[in-house]
Amino acid sequence: MSNSERMIRTIAAAVLGARQSRRNFLQRALGAGMTLAAAEALLAPGAQAAGRQGGFARLGLAHGSSTDSLDPAGYPDSFTQTAFWGGLSNNLTEVVADGSVRPELAESYEASTDASTYIFRLRRGVTFHNGKELTAEDVIASIRHHMGEQSNSAAKSILVSILDIKADGPHAVVFTLSAPDADFPYILSDMHLPIMPSQDGVADWVSGARTGPFVLESFEPGVSAKLRRNPDYFKDGLPYFDEVEVLAIPDVVARMNALNAGEVDFIARPDIRTLDLLTRNPNVEVVELTGYGHYTLPMNVTVAPFDNVHVRKALKYAIDREEIVRKVFFGHASPGNDNPIAPSVKFAIDPAPIHSYDPDKAREHLRLAGLDSLTVDLSVANAAFEGAIDAALLIRESAARCGITVNVVREPDDAYWGNVWMAKPWCASYWSGRATIDWMFSTAYAGGAAWNETFWDHPRFNELLAAARGELDETKRAAMYAEMQQLLHDDGGAIVVVFNNYLMAHSKRLGHGVVAANWENDGMKIAERWWMA
Amino acid sequence: MSGTGEAEGETRYQRGVATTILSRIGLGLLTLFLVSIVIFSAVEMLPGDFAKAILGQSATPETVAAFQKELGLDRPAAIRYGEWLGRILVGDLGQPFARGSRQNVAEIIAPRLYNTIFLAALTACVAVPLALLLGILTALHRNGFFDRAMNGVTLVAISLPEFFVAYLLMFVIVSRGTFEYSATAQALPEWLSAAILWALNAVPKFPVLSTVSPATPFWEQVWKCVMPATTLTLVIVAHMMRMTRASIINLLSSPYIETAKLKGISPWRVILAHALPNAWSPIAQVVSFNLAYLIVGVVVVEVVFVYPGIGQLMVDAVRSRDVPVVQACALIFAVTYILLNLIADIVTIVTNPRLLYPK
Repeated sequence: MSNSERMIRTIAAAVLGARQSRRNFLQRALGAGMTLAAAEALLAPGAQAAGRQGGFARLGLAHGSSTDSLDPAGYPDSFTQTAFWGGLSNNLTEVVADGSVRPELAESYEASTDASTYIFRLRRGVTFHNGKELTAEDVIASIRHHMGEQSNSAAKSILVSILDIKADGPHAVVFTLSAPDADFPYILSDMHLPIMPSQDGVADWVSGARTGPFVLESFEPGVSAKLRRNPDYFKDGLPYFDEVEVLAIPDVVARMNALNAGEVDFIARPDIRTLDLLTRNPNVEVVELTGYGHYTLPMNVTVAPFDNVHVRKALKYAIDREEIVRKVFFGHASPGNDNPIAPSVKFAIDPAPIHSYDPDKAREHLRLAGLDSLTVDLSVANAAFEGAIDAALLIRESAARCGITVNVVREPDDAYWGNVWMAKPWCASYWSGRATIDWMFSTAYAGGAAWNETFWDHPRFNELLAAARGELDETKRAAMYAEMQQLLHDDGGAIVVVFNNYLMAHSKRLGHGVVAANWENDGMKIAERWWMA
Repeated sequence: MSGTGEAEGETRYQRGVATTILSRIGLGLLTLFLVSIVIFSAVEMLPGDFAKAILGQSATPETVAAFQKELGLDRPAAIRYGEWLGRILVGDLGQPFARGSRQNVAEIIAPRLYNTIFLAALTACVAVPLALLLGILTALHRNGFFDRAMNGVTLVAISLPEFFVAYLLMFVIVSRGTFEYSATAQALPEWLSAAILWALNAVPKFPVLSTVSPATPFWEQVWKCVMPATTLTLVIVAHMMRMTRASIINLLSSPYIETAKLKGISPWRVILAHALPNAWSPIAQVVSFNLAYLIVGVVVVEVVFVYPGIGQLMVDAVRSRDVPVVQACALIFAVTYILLNLIADIVTIVTNPRLLYPK
C-alpha cells in the first residue's frame, strides 16, 4: 500500500467515523453516495491497523460436528461460520467492528425512497476461487438457494419479504420487497447468505469455491478445515495469514490445554472457572467483549399462570440477576433488564424501572394477580446455555424468599431444542442476538414469528414493528423502537437474565485490531482480520 | 493300527471343531438379526427427530415437514425397517440425513473406523503383551513386593475414570509450558521447582491434540496417538494382567505342574510350556472383551484428545438424529462384539478340546 493511498484511507476513516455511517446511509447512497460508499468498502477493518503478512494460524473452536457441511443453508454454529463463511466467503454487505453495515461484494447500494426496492451494484473484477467472475447471476442463485417452498435453510424466514430478485445487467441486482425495510442491507450480511458461483442457475455450494480471503484446501467434518490464502482476494492487503487451520475441539479442557501446550494459537470460549489460571501464562492474552448474545427464560404467555402480566412481573422481580452474574458467570456477563436489545445496538434504550431483585415488589405483583403464593416449573438444561441449571437453582432460592415456589425440572441436553424449548411453558433459551432491532424483534417477538418463544402477540407492538420498518425518519424510528422496547420490558414474556460476554484467548503470536462484537470470533471473520504479531 | 486310529481321531476332532465353529457363527448371525431389531427400535424411540435437531432453533413447522418428507420419515416404521435390513444384507449402509459432501454412510464411517481400529491396535500391541508379561511375572513372584506393587499400581489405574487419567497425562505435558508461572512453582523452594521443571522437560513433548486426517502419514499418526494409547493402556492393563495372574496361579497348584516341577524344569518353562497353554481360554476371553472395549467404548478418550474415531461420530450422529449413521455405527459395534467373542470361543475350543464333548 502506498503512502498516499494510506493517507486517503485514514482521511476516509475519520470522515466516516464522524458521520456515523449508519445514520444517513440512505441519503448518502441516493446522493453522492456511490463514491463514498466505494471508499467505505475499501476500508477493510484491518487496513487501519498494522498487520503483517504470512504465518500459519491454528484456531481451536468450541463447535464442529461430523454432520457439518459446506452448504450455507446449514451452518449451525461457529465452526462452519468461522471456517466457511468468514474464511471462504463474502456477502453483498458486511457488518464491521463498530456494528454498522457497509457494502462488501457490492460496490454500493441504493434504496428507493420508500425502502422497498434495493439495487446493489457489484464490484467489478471479483473472481471466485475457481476462476469464474462474479456476476449478478451468482448473487441471484445464492440468495434463491435459501428461498422457496422446498428450502430447509436456516435463513429462509429472514428472506420471506423478498418478492423478486432480478439482474440489471451483469453487475447489478435489484431486490423487490413485499414491504418497506430500511434494514434490508443488514439482512444480507447474514452468515447464511454468502455468494456462491452459479452453475446453470443453481448455486454451487459443494465445491467450496467462494470469493473470500481463503481457498478451501481440505475439510474433515467434525475434525478440521484447512484454508490457504487466496492470492487474488479483492480486499487490498488482506488476508494476513498464509494458512489457517480451524480445529473442532468441543471439550473445553482439551481446548485450553491445546492453547497452553502451544498446539493452537487461538481458542474460543475458554472455561470461565479456570480463566484465572489461563491468564497466568504470560504468552496468553484473553479477549472479552459484550456482544449481542443473551440468555433468556421465556414464559409462554398463553398458558396459565404466565398469561397474567402480574405473575410475569412478579417473576421478573423475583430473580437476583446480580447474584447470577457473580456466582454462575463469575462476572463475565452483565445483568439483563428484560430488553433483548444489547446497549450497543442502534436505537437501544434501557427501559425503566430496572428489573432488579425486589421481594417486596414481587409480592406486590403476586397480590395484584390475586395470588397468595405461586408454584411454577422451570425446565432447564445446560444445552440452553452453560450455567442454566446453576442459574435456575439460584432462582429457586431467590424466588422462595418472594413466596414463589420454583420447581427446577432438569431436562436432558439431548433434543432440548425439539422437546423443551417452545414446548414447556417456562424454560431456558439462548440468543446470539441480531444486528438490528427489527431483525431481533421480527425473529423472536413479533406475533406469529416462527421462533416467538414467548408466544407473545401484542397488537400495538406488531403495528409499531411494521411501521418502524418502513420509517426513514430516524427520530420517529427511534421513538417507535423505544416504545416497543418499553412494551416488551413491561408486558413481554421473556426474562432476559444476562448478556453474556464473548470470551476468547490467544497466544501472543497473534495480533488483531478492534474486535467486532456482532458475533463471536471477531464477527466470525478472525481468519481475515487477524495476523501474526 | 494306532496310525489309522489317530487319523480317525484327528478327523473327528476337526469335524467337531468345524461344527462347533459353524454353530457359533450361526448363533452370531441370529444375535445380529435380533440386535438389528433392537437398534432400529431404540433409534425409533429416541425423542426428537433429525429435522428438529439439525435445524435447532431454526426449526419451523414447515421446514421440519419438508425435511421429513424429503427423507421419507413420514412412512411407517415397519416398512423402513424392512428396507434398511434389505439394504444391509447387500452391504449398503444407506445415505446419511445430514447434507454433506459425502453421499454415503460407508464413506463417512470408513475413515473414522480406520482411526478407531488404528488406536485400538496400537493400544493392544502395547497393552496385551504388557499385561501377559506382568501377569506371568506377578504369578511367578506372587505375594512378593513386585506382585503387590504391580497390583496396587494397576488397580489404581483401573479405578480412575479414563477421562481423569487422560487429563492427568495432559497436565504433565501442558505443565512443561505453564509450571513456571503456577502458584505451586512460586510456593515451592527454588531448587525443587527447578527439579520439577527439569523432570517435566525430560518427558517428550507428546501432542495433546490427536487430530488426524486420512492424509496423515503412518508414523505421524502413531506419534499423535501416544497420549490416547497410553491412557487406554493404563485403563485396560489391570483387567488382563489380573486374569492372567489368577489363571496361572490356579493352574500352578494342579498335580501335573507339581510333576513338572519335580522333574526339575525351570519355573519359566513350567509356566510357558505347561501352565500357559491351559490358561489361554480365560485369558482369551478377557483379552477379547478388552479389545471390544477399545473399539466401542473409548468415546470419552476420543473427546478429550480430539481424536476423530467412530465413537465421536456416533455421538454426533445421535445428537443430530442422523439415523442411518447411528444405525450403521451400532451395527458395527455389535459385529465387533460378536466377532471378538467368536474368536475368543474358537481359541478356547482349540486350546481345550475337552469342550468339544459336553458331558
